[in-house]
Amino acid sequence: MVEPLTTAQALNRALRDEMRSSKRVVVLGEDVGRLGGIFRVTDGLQKRFGQRRVFDTPASEAGIAGVALGLALAGFRPVAEMQFAAYSYPAFEQITSHIARYRLRTMSRVSLPLVIRMPVGGGLRGKEHHAENPETYFVHTPGLKVVTPSGPMEAYDLLTQAIRDPDPVVFLEPQVLYGKSEVGTPGAGDIPMHQAKLVHDGTDLTIVSYGAMVRTCLEAAERLATQGILAQVLDLRSLAPLDTDSIRDCVRFTGRAVVVHEAPMTLGVSAEVSARIMTECFEQLRAPVLRVTAWDTPNPPPSLEDLWRPSVERIVGAARQTFSYARPPG
Amino acid sequence: MSESKEIEGNAPYQILSPDGTASLGRAEIGLKDTDLRKLLRLMCAARALDDECVRMHTDGELLVYPPLRGQEAAQVGSAFALARNDFVFPSFREMAVALVRGVDPVEYLQYHRGTWHGGPYDPIANRFAPICVPLANQIVHAVGYAIGMKMRRRSVVTVAYFGDGSASEGDFHEACNWAGVHRAPVVLLCQNNRWAISVPFKEQAAAPIWTRARGYGFSGVQVDGNDVLAVLQVTKEAAARARAGGGPTLIEALTYRMGPHLTNDEPSRYRSDDEVGRWQELDPIERFRTYLLTEGIVSEKTAAAMDSAAVAFAREIRLRVAQFPPAGPDEVFEWVFDGPTLDMLRQQHLASPRAAAAGPTEALGAEPPDG
Repeated sequence: MVEPLTTAQALNRALRDEMRSSKRVVVLGEDVGRLGGIFRVTDGLQKRFGQRRVFDTPASEAGIAGVALGLALAGFRPVAEMQFAAYSYPAFEQITSHIARYRLRTMSRVSLPLVIRMPVGGGLRGKEHHAENPETYFVHTPGLKVVTPSGPMEAYDLLTQAIRDPDPVVFLEPQVLYGKSEVGTPGAGDIPMHQAKLVHDGTDLTIVSYGAMVRTCLEAAERLATQGILAQVLDLRSLAPLDTDSIRDCVRFTGRAVVVHEAPMTLGVSAEVSARIMTECFEQLRAPVLRVTAWDTPNPPPSLEDLWRPSVERIVGAARQTFSYARPPG
Repeated sequence: MSESKEIEGNAPYQILSPDGTASLGRAEIGLKDTDLRKLLRLMCAARALDDECVRMHTDGELLVYPPLRGQEAAQVGSAFALARNDFVFPSFREMAVALVRGVDPVEYLQYHRGTWHGGPYDPIANRFAPICVPLANQIVHAVGYAIGMKMRRRSVVTVAYFGDGSASEGDFHEACNWAGVHRAPVVLLCQNNRWAISVPFKEQAAAPIWTRARGYGFSGVQVDGNDVLAVLQVTKEAAARARAGGGPTLIEALTYRMGPHLTNDEPSRYRSDDEVGRWQELDPIERFRTYLLTEGIVSEKTAAAMDSAAVAFAREIRLRVAQFPPAGPDEVFEWVFDGPTLDMLRQQHLASPRAAAAGPTEALGAEPPDG
């Protein structure tokens, strides 16, 4: 019988399997050793692979990122953990000014096969600085790949591919998913890392999302189905690069799109997705692309979190609104 | 000279006094005549090329250049102490270090010419990382590389070069702390040239930089950065300590930036000619040349030949710099990732002169609608 696997366990298994297959893979971060990480993603790895390959670091995030760069130059494939996304901000300069640019700077003579993992998003009543959605910062930095899983099997698949990738990958782990489990057989590379995945089929509308919000979108799709609206749900998986072809194929087919994410609206990934849909699908669109996102404020206190995170109701509302525009089919 | 006031207490380590007399005998200095002559030859070459680079900026052949005049001893002495396989992480003023390490100056200078970001030399083959402009970031890379070499049990010493301004950055602290915790085989070489653009050292830090080493749990030393023999000796000791598992060393080489911060800077707005004149008296090359002449290690004739050879070398580099082919637009797209993304292929196509000539439809990136 296949046991259910939580996202944290799936990530742990991906790290374990990659460390087993390559001695060059090393894990570093705050509390990743003895403790096994705040969310236990690195649980048991130090015991298994030793302190040389799985090591705790000083509370020093610029150090973690810069040392990971140095380790990659020295021949390793480092997987660095930022304890929370907000704690990646001290490392921002290292990530954007160096990690993202080293290949170009060296005319491709040097590559940096490293992964920077970080928990993102709300849903766990995280206090200030514990529920950030920083994806736009990284997506807007050429030279970085940015991926985010929507569940345990995706987590295994994407992390495995991220570790094997020859370029730096920012790996965003929706923390609300860490404890969510799924029954399945984790496999790696069935779908290339940069490709989106259609997780729910429909004919009337495309809901584009990623990360933890994919589950909320699936619930919204179920609810819409009871109202006679058949919605597709497209899980982007990769935010940089964006899988424009899949987005285009879906929206050309349905003619309507709602883009959903937890990050604030302005210049969120939804802005880029909307712009691409406009360019690629203008002739097929029957309604403007609508967005369901957090509001443009700093993260609210945990008690107000549910008013900020997109809800099934808000997604359903936006989906229904796309049917209110009087544009003849093209 | 104001070091004794600034430093409070111990004078920096010195072998050659400013008049060229040595406090140590030849045996204690421990360098062969050929090495001593080579040091002078390298310092002369560095100065001649540095001067040439300033002229190249004036003539529009370099966009901007950070002159190192005055810092030749700190750079040549420290780089000369390293083994072939050791690895250097430079800041942006280390042309003389690059020269000693064997990096092709023509490739190195492409950064300042504006034709490529890092200089097209291979950092791994040259054991010399790309030029790093944001302050202190490269110190962290150096420590990471050193930790990696220690993990791989390689006998490699890593050296990070930085200035007094960099030591105020958070990355300096993070790098030092990591280096201490890991007893990383790294030498942290601060060239305190007294001026971070227009801010004097006394407004940069309240205590000498080398004294911070103790707080990180490793050795620190202050050296007369205009004394090539002293710099060479302390760097050699630091490298030997690192190689033997003794951990990092923070070296503060006290020197002076004789020229502007960059070729477009105006030092007269922030410092006096008197101050520059006082440092002129402490010139690192003059001091060393006097010593070699007095000891009979070089003759007047050899010393003059070195100078003219250096000038000829600098002229040759100038010609080759101008002939070096600039990067083409495709290379910028090709080298972002291991393979181009679809987005990049589309944008690369749009950036091509052919697409630009094709008119607005294609230039917008839109595909024609179906049917």
